[in-house]
Amino acid sequence: MAGLSDPMVPSPFRVRGVRKETYDTFTLELEPANGAAGLPFAPGQLNMLYAFGVGEVPISISGDPAKPQTLVHTVRSVGAVTQAICKSKRGDVLGVRGPFGSHWPAEEAAGSDVVIVAGGIGLAPLRPALYYLLSNREKYGKIALLYGARTRQDLLYTSELERWRGQFDLEVGVTVDTATAGWRGNVGVVTTLIPRAQFDPAQAVAMVCGPEVMMRFTVRELEARGIGRENIFISLERNMKCAIGFCGHCQFGPTFVCKDGPVFRFDQVQTLFAKREI
Amino acid sequence: MKGTSLQGKESVVLERDHLQRLLDVLGKRGYRVLGPTVRDSAVVYDDLTSLADAPVGWTDEQDGGTYRLKKGNDRALFSYVVGPHSWKKFLHPPVLRLWRAKTGGNGLQITEKDGEAPKSAFIGVRSCEIHAIAVQDKVFLNGEYSDPLYKARRQGLFIVAVNCGRAAGTCFCASMNTGPKATFGFDLALTEVLEAGRHYFVVEVGSELGAEVLREVPHKAASAEEKATAERIVAKTAGQMGRTLDTRGIKELLYRNYENPRWDDVAKRCLTCGNCTLVCPTCFCVTVEDITDLTGEHAERWRKWDSCFTMDFSYIHGGSIRASAMARYRQWMTHKLATWIDQFGTSGCVGCGRCITWCPVAIDITEEASALRRSEQKS
Amino acid sequence: METLERILSEHPFFKGLEEPYLQLLVGCASNVRFDAGEVIFREGEEANKFYLIRQGKVAVEMFAPSRGPIILQTLGEGEVLGWSWLVAPYRWRFDGRAVELTRAIALDGECLRGKCEEDHNLGYELMKRVSLVMEKLVQATRLQLADVYGGSRS
Repeated sequence: MAGLSDPMVPSPFRVRGVRKETYDTFTLELEPANGAAGLPFAPGQLNMLYAFGVGEVPISISGDPAKPQTLVHTVRSVGAVTQAICKSKRGDVLGVRGPFGSHWPAEEAAGSDVVIVAGGIGLAPLRPALYYLLSNREKYGKIALLYGARTRQDLLYTSELERWRGQFDLEVGVTVDTATAGWRGNVGVVTTLIPRAQFDPAQAVAMVCGPEVMMRFTVRELEARGIGRENIFISLERNMKCAIGFCGHCQFGPTFVCKDGPVFRFDQVQTLFAKREI
Repeated sequence: MKGTSLQGKESVVLERDHLQRLLDVLGKRGYRVLGPTVRDSAVVYDDLTSLADAPVGWTDEQDGGTYRLKKGNDRALFSYVVGPHSWKKFLHPPVLRLWRAKTGGNGLQITEKDGEAPKSAFIGVRSCEIHAIAVQDKVFLNGEYSDPLYKARRQGLFIVAVNCGRAAGTCFCASMNTGPKATFGFDLALTEVLEAGRHYFVVEVGSELGAEVLREVPHKAASAEEKATAERIVAKTAGQMGRTLDTRGIKELLYRNYENPRWDDVAKRCLTCGNCTLVCPTCFCVTVEDITDLTGEHAERWRKWDSCFTMDFSYIHGGSIRASAMARYRQWMTHKLATWIDQFGTSGCVGCGRCITWCPVAIDITEEASALRRSEQKS
Repeated sequence: METLERILSEHPFFKGLEEPYLQLLVGCASNVRFDAGEVIFREGEEANKFYLIRQGKVAVEMFAPSRGPIILQTLGEGEVLGWSWLVAPYRWRFDGRAVELTRAIALDGECLRGKCEEDHNLGYELMKRVSLVMEKLVQATRLQLADVYGGSRS
């Protein structure tokens, strides 16, 4: 926790820059407006972002954990609050509470191969993990990033993707559900990238984030490759009002997604994950 | 509030006519005194300075979807059993402003936060209610984050408990091991006795503070016979429970039965009205509302009671995770009896029976648990 | 009362299958009926059957949290429901639900697999037919995916 005495009171952060990723998704760079040095966080954690007078929403942190002075959030405009956040301009102030929740086992995966499977905006909460892995490259075996989006217009972080693809020590697979001629990349769902990805299942850790349906099918494919459920990690999303385990909204069985999650080891939630309307 | 066992603590007798003095002493010591009163045909909790406003002579009839106040044949003060209010309305208020803020300066300035709460004294707290407070203590005070708002209201709380002289039709505290006798968590515990022209209270002292307050109220040592009378009354209550709940392996029972067709059966009856969550003394879910004024320069954040029965509760990405009534009832009952245990180390249910009484279609949590158990025995 | 053998021979899936093979298959076949709304199978369950639909309509669905069941495709008279019986680990990948009153022939997948192992000619005949079903399915899916009708993309 960023030293807040009352976890329900947001801290002011100033917008330093806004980049449009797609027609409805924006990446904001923020820095503390009250003199604090930054917001240290672990990859996979989230903040509650507050648009003054409008409301608060839980958004995963999508920046580099090694650079906590700049707080980065990729936000999709789907409702009143996210719309207000996406319309922010440089100099505007947003409220931030956090960081909350569990994190990807980036550090713990040292010594293993790592497979990152992202669907749609699911790449945003995974990017901090990838940054960490790449900053500590020598500690890991093979690293594969498999990313699927609806169309090429929906791809996030396209310039970074290009840069990553050029690295020799990182496998990058990108696919879209549909494309027009002129697209020379893969077309098909992201699970189709798993059978060909380069990693040793006996030594691999998988981190998966995207719509629940996509995660369901992805876990199946990863298991088919031989990765054990205790080495597969997913990130869940639920309605959150407080993010500190008091409002009750984010419950998933006995867990609170805001504090026991959002990152879960798959074998620990597999039974409930297979059930409906939990 | 001290939690020590009361074996060997002294018992005294307080005459009915002197009970008002107890309220006066607490008032003079700066407590906001809260207790039972009759309003809108129910016994509710509110400020209580005079016993003239207490439910003198009132008793109640409770059953599934039924609550009726009736005049009793005596002038007992505590013949009623728990009503629609629980003490959570004071410790965990239904509507609370968390803070106010304005723009300007560094863009977000908090101008006011929820303030201190005056210390309170609760009069007439039943054993099940003491357990409910202890359950909420575990929710709000024992985790990684502690709720400062709950803490402020919980601190300095003076509890005058009452050992129930009768059980209502929907009570099952005996099954949940939460009553009817108060065994901890009180400063003073009263057992009301009306016999042959006498009306008095046998008072058990539960804390140093309780003893201190009692010193200012006329009382005398309780005789062995008076103590025995009190014990008999409470023992009788324990045998009068209107409902029972078999708690053996209840957590595992619910975890095994997420797909039991019984949930569809309840769903046909449940209106998802949320009454049960409102009257339940342990339900704690809240929502957060952010508002602003027309200038857009002043904002407030409010916290309000919420219910897992609403469609909004699990809304995300354009739809609710628990869209069906079945899923929402299942969530409530599974949380109350099972997942609560994994979350907080105790059951969420204290056997007060309010959810049964106040359900408009008389859904009975004890019956539903029973049905789930029976369905396993059949197959 | 029509015999099961006659019904099998008349279903498009078995068109052209020789008499002795049909007789072999009858041992794995049974008549089934599903009421409107009845769930035929759920994702994750063991898939030991496939169905030749004689009458009615079946929806192939997928459940998504917050969206509920999404109908991916419907199948009707003359069509075939289910191919998970053919591919390990023999578990349904989707949900199947009867939209209307549906009558079908259920073929026991485990039984069929056994018979195909014993007689590879039978196996080949079945594979030819199943490939046709799959190919049609893939074509249809691709067309659906191409979202050809235009209009605004959300």
